[in-house]
Amino acid sequence: MTSPTSITERLNVQTKSETLTGAEIVVRALRDEGVEFVFGYPGGAVLYIYDELDKQEAVQHILVRHEQAAVHAADAYSRVTGKVGVALVTSGPGATNAVTGIATAYMDSVPLVVISGQVPVALIGNDAFQEVDTVGITRPCTKHNFLVKDVKDLASTLKAAFYLAATGRPGPVLVDIPKDVTAHQCAYHYPDKISLRSYKPTVKGHPGQVRKAMQLIASAQRPMFYTGGGVVLGNASEELRKLVRALNVPITHTLMGLGAYPATDPQFVGMLGMHGTYEANMAVQHCDVLVALGARFDDRVTGNLAKFAPHAKIVHVDVDPASISKNVRVDVPIVGDLQQVLTEMNQVLAELDALNDRHAMQAWWGQITEWRQRDCLHYQQDELIIKPQFVVQKLYELTAGEAIVTSDVGQHQMWAAQFYGFDHPRRWVNSGGLGTMGFGLPAAMGAQVAEPDATVVCITGDGSIQMNIQELSTCQQYKLPLKVACLNNHYLGMVRQWQEFFYEDRYAMSYVDALPDFVKLAEAYGHIGLRADKPADVEPVIREALRLKDRMVFMDFRVDAKENVYPMVPAGAALSEMILV
Amino acid sequence: MRHIISILLENEAGALSRVAGLFSARGYNIEAMTVAPTHDASISRMTVATSGSEEIMEQVLKQLNKLVEVIRVHDLTEGPHIERELMLIKVHAVGPDREEVKRLSDIFRGRIIDVTDRSYTIELTGPGDKLDAFIHALDPGMVIEVVRSGASAISRGAKAI
Repeated sequence: MTSPTSITERLNVQTKSETLTGAEIVVRALRDEGVEFVFGYPGGAVLYIYDELDKQEAVQHILVRHEQAAVHAADAYSRVTGKVGVALVTSGPGATNAVTGIATAYMDSVPLVVISGQVPVALIGNDAFQEVDTVGITRPCTKHNFLVKDVKDLASTLKAAFYLAATGRPGPVLVDIPKDVTAHQCAYHYPDKISLRSYKPTVKGHPGQVRKAMQLIASAQRPMFYTGGGVVLGNASEELRKLVRALNVPITHTLMGLGAYPATDPQFVGMLGMHGTYEANMAVQHCDVLVALGARFDDRVTGNLAKFAPHAKIVHVDVDPASISKNVRVDVPIVGDLQQVLTEMNQVLAELDALNDRHAMQAWWGQITEWRQRDCLHYQQDELIIKPQFVVQKLYELTAGEAIVTSDVGQHQMWAAQFYGFDHPRRWVNSGGLGTMGFGLPAAMGAQVAEPDATVVCITGDGSIQMNIQELSTCQQYKLPLKVACLNNHYLGMVRQWQEFFYEDRYAMSYVDALPDFVKLAEAYGHIGLRADKPADVEPVIREALRLKDRMVFMDFRVDAKENVYPMVPAGAALSEMILV
Repeated sequence: MRHIISILLENEAGALSRVAGLFSARGYNIEAMTVAPTHDASISRMTVATSGSEEIMEQVLKQLNKLVEVIRVHDLTEGPHIERELMLIKVHAVGPDREEVKRLSDIFRGRIIDVTDRSYTIELTGPGDKLDAFIHALDPGMVIEVVRSGASAISRGAKAI
């Protein structure tokens, strides 16, 4: 910032306050916001913006093959880096294609700015070519959205969009810009700061509540920590580790929270919920104090609400007041930023006279060890048929647990969550809330763009991968060397599993006939395809894929078609009522 | 239980539909909803009459507060407040009914604001149940048309919400 050119630039801005077109303002604002990558797809309404993007190099554009993928890629870029992801789409079908991506980011609270083109102001409401009411359509699946009808409002609106996306409970913000607004001119001034009288998120936890929470935790006989995506989003992993270690409490994560606490640490008891571990679910059901951090008591986590954690007093910390006491009555609610509140909790902890009763804690850990001995994730790998769990386990071993893993949605997602041990936050990227099939491959692209040198693996299935398979073309264009691990069982596996359990083996439409030859398909896109038919092939295929560092490799694992995800809490059952292997 | 919620929000295009959309998306009841700018033209005030359990009302208030354009939310039913609604009602008024309707309107402190040889149009203000009572007092065959504003409400005392 102190280089002579930037000072000159700043002086220029102050002295003559340049006049720019709307399109120039969009690109300049992105630059001033520090945006490095925009994921998008051009079209009529955004041509001025693309024209300007093309004239500069500070903001790079990644051309996807479908707008849904642009938003997923921007989303994953954000999840991996912690920065605001940016997507750019045209009006009409460009915007509607983006909606699934926006809703995905909204459910998982990912900060995004999505810029959509719109027909010229004079044509709005006229059923013009490629017109939809984008602001109307995206209203329920964005944190906020804007239609900019005057170029003079453009810079400040973009500033507000970035501010809203990243602060409080993060989320996607959409800015809809009519084509004529991108052509009109006005003086450019990008505000340094913005303040909205109607939007003041609470950051600091209430000191009295924090003290009350810590006293309750320290007095517990059977304390249990349950943390979610909020800890990852709030960059509060370090503070969490400090607190959990000092208290020597067991900790479980939601699907979205994996990596916040190291999976290899003995205090971590695995994921909880519908496909959580026996020990995690039992510990939640038997604890006397449950500490929920950045988690929202989702139905996939709690099972039957009436029977959830029946003996527990509940402490709930969340940045979003509306998440507190929404599903479960909370005894000590704390609204605030996770990093800040956890820092406050650590401070209070240092001042506490007495910690948890040692004998009680020993007994509690003894009980947990006993539950662990059930070995609920056990599976038997024979010499004939590849078990999907085995593939994930081998991926974990051969990447030394250091890969960024994205997933699609279904059985493979659960196996990835169960068998890939994440020791760090922002390494596990999946659509937890919305459950969007087709997320994995574009998410892997966004992750690879964010970290070009990282090993990025997309764990997917034969159903999900086909929902955005066209992105193999994007991977080729940008030479993204990500690895796809397809657990191919010829079924929509999770649908099949539910049909087996709850619909008397009637497999309505869950068998996927006429699958493409994924190896040849990958080759057709200019990539490398590898296949594993037998258990003995698994390790060599993964080794070969990882050896090809600069190539995108599609690994097609022919896995056991009838394997199920265990444990499983049937919908509506209590967490302790698990179906075990 | 019935609640009257006052919402101050930015007077911007789309703000109303955000609130209305929230109620329908989350399945909250709306009995009535009114909105108009306040003495500060940049701020609108909305009054929503709704009902639900205590848990639901807590969520309604929190979710409303979460909307970016909402400046303040207050449940007026938590304290003493005044509720008023405006009704314009057009009734058949011929023969002996003409006098009867006029009398009834006077009893309810209504005002006749339009007259034809066959009808009266009456303006009536009050809490919702008073307006209901007026309608019930009329012979059902007499009512031609009814338009009601929905409740507006304000807290008692010298303070703003």
